[in-house]
Amino acid sequence: MAKHKTPLLDQLVSGPWPSFVDDMKQYAAARAKNEKKIEYQIPVDVVDDLMGLLELSYADGTTHWKHGGIVGVFGYGGGVIGRYCDQPETFPGVAHFHTMRVAQPAGKFYKSEYVRKLCDLWEFRGSGLTNMHGSTGDIIFLGTQTPQLEEIFYELTHTMGQDLGGSGSNLRTPSDCIGQARCEFACYDTQDLCHTLTNDYQDELHRPAFPYKFKFKFDGCPNCCVASIARADISFIGTWKDDIRIDQEAVAGYVSGKFKPNAGAHAGRDWGPFDIVKEVIDLCPTECMKYENGKLAINNKECTRCMHCINVMPRALRPGKETGLSILVGAKAPILDGAQMGSLLVPFVEVNKEDGYQAIKDVIEAIWDWWMEEGKNRERLGELMKRQGFQKLLEVTGIKPVPQHVKEPRHNPYIFWKEDEVEGGWERDVTEYRKHHQR
Amino acid sequence: MEYEEAKQKLIDGLTKKTKSKSKFYFSDLADILEMKPRDAKKIVNQMVTDGILEFWSSGSTSMYGLKGMGKQAAAEHEA
Repeated sequence: MAKHKTPLLDQLVSGPWPSFVDDMKQYAAARAKNEKKIEYQIPVDVVDDLMGLLELSYADGTTHWKHGGIVGVFGYGGGVIGRYCDQPETFPGVAHFHTMRVAQPAGKFYKSEYVRKLCDLWEFRGSGLTNMHGSTGDIIFLGTQTPQLEEIFYELTHTMGQDLGGSGSNLRTPSDCIGQARCEFACYDTQDLCHTLTNDYQDELHRPAFPYKFKFKFDGCPNCCVASIARADISFIGTWKDDIRIDQEAVAGYVSGKFKPNAGAHAGRDWGPFDIVKEVIDLCPTECMKYENGKLAINNKECTRCMHCINVMPRALRPGKETGLSILVGAKAPILDGAQMGSLLVPFVEVNKEDGYQAIKDVIEAIWDWWMEEGKNRERLGELMKRQGFQKLLEVTGIKPVPQHVKEPRHNPYIFWKEDEVEGGWERDVTEYRKHHQR
Repeated sequence: MEYEEAKQKLIDGLTKKTKSKSKFYFSDLADILEMKPRDAKKIVNQMVTDGILEFWSSGSTSMYGLKGMGKQAAAEHEA
């Protein structure tokens, strides 16, 4: 018998899709049964109370969570988010319901043994409810009480070698795609770069001194599987300098039907025979491809790395060999308003593991210095860029303007001459000028 | 500026303002200290370690307060 009646939540269960309500009910029952004989450190009916509170919120059309708190683990200004409920008498199990963010391993590579350990710890000292993974990538522990925080942190760091993630006005847990571990398109080792920067920027991750949140995301190729271009303040997207590698025999294989396009994806229905002109050449956004006399040709200078042709014919086309990454800045994906895509700042930089990625760090740190000094409270980098202009960003990073910085000619002419860049400055001899130009 | 001097300056600055509020943005602290953010961060972090300042977080935004000012962890859940 459920502790609280939840008719509105029950409606969610009746739909065709799996519902989180099913999961919560199942877990609430298992927690009550406690077959594993766990000595729960927070109320056993925490999940029932959570469902009861959610039902009340649905009925009232308002939240019953209070905002924020001072709870945390010693020395860390992030990773724990204080949550309190404003109906503690009715729902004592969730009177304190703090969130903990656990930094995900690079590329989200971990063993089932690791998840078991995490879950065992969380069942023992928390609600047992998790969010795998949050939108920034963290493993999110949902709901525990203040005395459990240091205990959990100790176990995570000392037994599991696992750190907390970022929250608040910090560098958020950096997140990357699976990269060269599994993906042939990856142009650099996303996991190594993500892991290295996570370690090197521990201070920025745990001790808040930024105007607002700051996100790094690493994509191995322009397919952008972690969508860095849409949501990271700095996105690192793998790319190449030279030409797309073409295997003409394999192209013929696709044309003849020997190989399935898109590596067999979308094969659930009959799309007819593969038509290279219709499905690849005509869809190239810069029209830089042609297919004549059984040969595929690409004008690489015009290629914008959209990846479509490579995705359709992965056996025939591969990224070039001179690989590196592009740095884009200023993206954000707020829930309500003001979503913004990243703007290209560095078209190409080599990814140099040997020197600890110094060229990349130089760009990051110059941007931070500017944003920390000039950014208003709760202003994302993308907003500061809009307020002070892209030219200012080029100035503070010491990057020279290049055509790739211009989104559309004559549309955003943000690059202006300065007096010291113009011969003779702004001063001119008006008398001399009037000799040749009438009023 | 020496740590002790900076510490006192920040405590004085925050104490003056605590009549109207108990939590401050990092930029408010840097303004009181009249330091660049990176230098101010070193002082502020040391003061957190020493138990003079404490963090407050909404989840999305972080703020700082003098320890003991405003609502405390044990009473945070009270209205």
